[in-house]
Amino acid sequence: MRAAIAGVGYSEFTRDSGRSVLSLATEACRNALDDAGVAAREIDGVATFAVMNDSVPAQAVATTLAVPSLRFAVDADLGGQAPCYLVWLAAMAVETGRARNVLVYRALNGRSGARVGTMQFSGMGAQFRYPIGYDGYMMYVAMWAQRFLHETGQGELDLASVALAQRAYAELNERAVRRRPLTLDAYLASPHVVDPFRADDCTVEVDGACAVLVTSVEQARSLRHAPAVVASGAYRAGPRPGLDIGDHALWDDYTRNYTSHLRDELFGSAGVSPGDVQVAEIYDCFTSTVLIGLEGLGLCERGGSGAFVRSGATAQGGALPTNTHGGLLSEGYLHGMNTVAEAALQIQGRGGDRQAGPHEVCVVTSGALMDGSALILTADR
Amino acid sequence: MNVADGRTRPQPDRESEAFWSGLAGHRLILQECQECGRRRFPRMPSCPYCGAEGGADVEATGAGTVYSWIRVERPLTPNMAAEVPYVVATVDLDGGGRLHARLHEGGDVTIGMAVEALYVDHREGWTELRFATAAPGGRR
Repeated sequence: MRAAIAGVGYSEFTRDSGRSVLSLATEACRNALDDAGVAAREIDGVATFAVMNDSVPAQAVATTLAVPSLRFAVDADLGGQAPCYLVWLAAMAVETGRARNVLVYRALNGRSGARVGTMQFSGMGAQFRYPIGYDGYMMYVAMWAQRFLHETGQGELDLASVALAQRAYAELNERAVRRRPLTLDAYLASPHVVDPFRADDCTVEVDGACAVLVTSVEQARSLRHAPAVVASGAYRAGPRPGLDIGDHALWDDYTRNYTSHLRDELFGSAGVSPGDVQVAEIYDCFTSTVLIGLEGLGLCERGGSGAFVRSGATAQGGALPTNTHGGLLSEGYLHGMNTVAEAALQIQGRGGDRQAGPHEVCVVTSGALMDGSALILTADR
Repeated sequence: MNVADGRTRPQPDRESEAFWSGLAGHRLILQECQECGRRRFPRMPSCPYCGAEGGADVEATGAGTVYSWIRVERPLTPNMAAEVPYVVATVDLDGGGRLHARLHEGGDVTIGMAVEALYVDHREGWTELRFATAAPGGRR
């Protein structure tokens, strides 16, 4: 039995929700159920993730949705590595008969409440970073970006290309928090926050929630929308992933992240190749992770990602529309749950103004550095 | 160098104690695997390259090479507001081992430049490892 994403749900994305995280989570999950046409009483699995206790656990949503019996529950202590991983776990539970309908969600007051960008992660490596002012996740991604740009012969125009391409999509996306048109001049005129990053290289923290419903392909066929089939999934931590989420002292190569390590398994399990991909949703807490991801997945040449984006390949109507919701950079930082939801919408042909055409194969990733996960979603074929 | 900045001092644990007490004595202590010979940071109970248990504490020369760097222009936390702009570098130490530390700038920072360790004693009671451009022809 194969699994699919049958529906997606969102709360509004705002800078100050004025609501509890539980309220946001419940709304997004209820919207995903309504979108698919599945009753809450049919849910028997819930999976979610949180960073430093910034969300509500699976059992809480099972309670607010009055789920009668929970057979599968995951509360992952992970950040952006989690969404594809949890959808994949949910798919495996469905495929093996351990669950029938699984909600996967991310909910947080990420702007008005605890902000991941400036929170101090716990863990054994933290004592070496925070006292010296190496004290934000942005800095770690920037450290990788600087080396990546140097080693691949790329630069600020390549980072800028990602910010501009994705903002163009966000202009078409009513859910996006950043929709003001962005020009190269405006990008270059803005000061560095952490060199090589400017503000437009960084995700925008928001309050909100996003959920997807995972069920069997067989059931999905009888629901409201065409199934977005989970053709394969993969999680990978490369060698020496470190002592905590921000510890990268033992990672050898800052120019290659987990995408390089999971690529063969991901595409091989799905029976497709990078050349078959028609739309890509690449995790983008910062612009550099899109470039590293495109190269790591083999969607473009090593060192050629910036030129690839500048050529218009990732724009609407290009060879490989990428981050069609505007990404975490412009739609908002739901830690990649919204990236997975957008992937499902694009396969289902529901991308609205930002849908370039029918897409049969999508790759979506979760995570930026040492570890992360990915899915291949396909049309029902 | 001796500074007071009100920042929280590191909290050494059973693994890291040797590193921090080494810095207090202006010595850079890493672990070296007694099986495969590779050096590592942070300190941990076994070798992340070969899995061998234990490891010997060894003193690095403090000479190294910049693998990557960032310049923090806007502070992310109030603690660092008085410090910006500042550079943090990823340094590959001669003899093995990689770590992150502030870099004292004397011009452009470039990947591949040679650096050497210096030690900043904070009045709050801890010593910070930093690096500076290596003097031509050897240690300053």
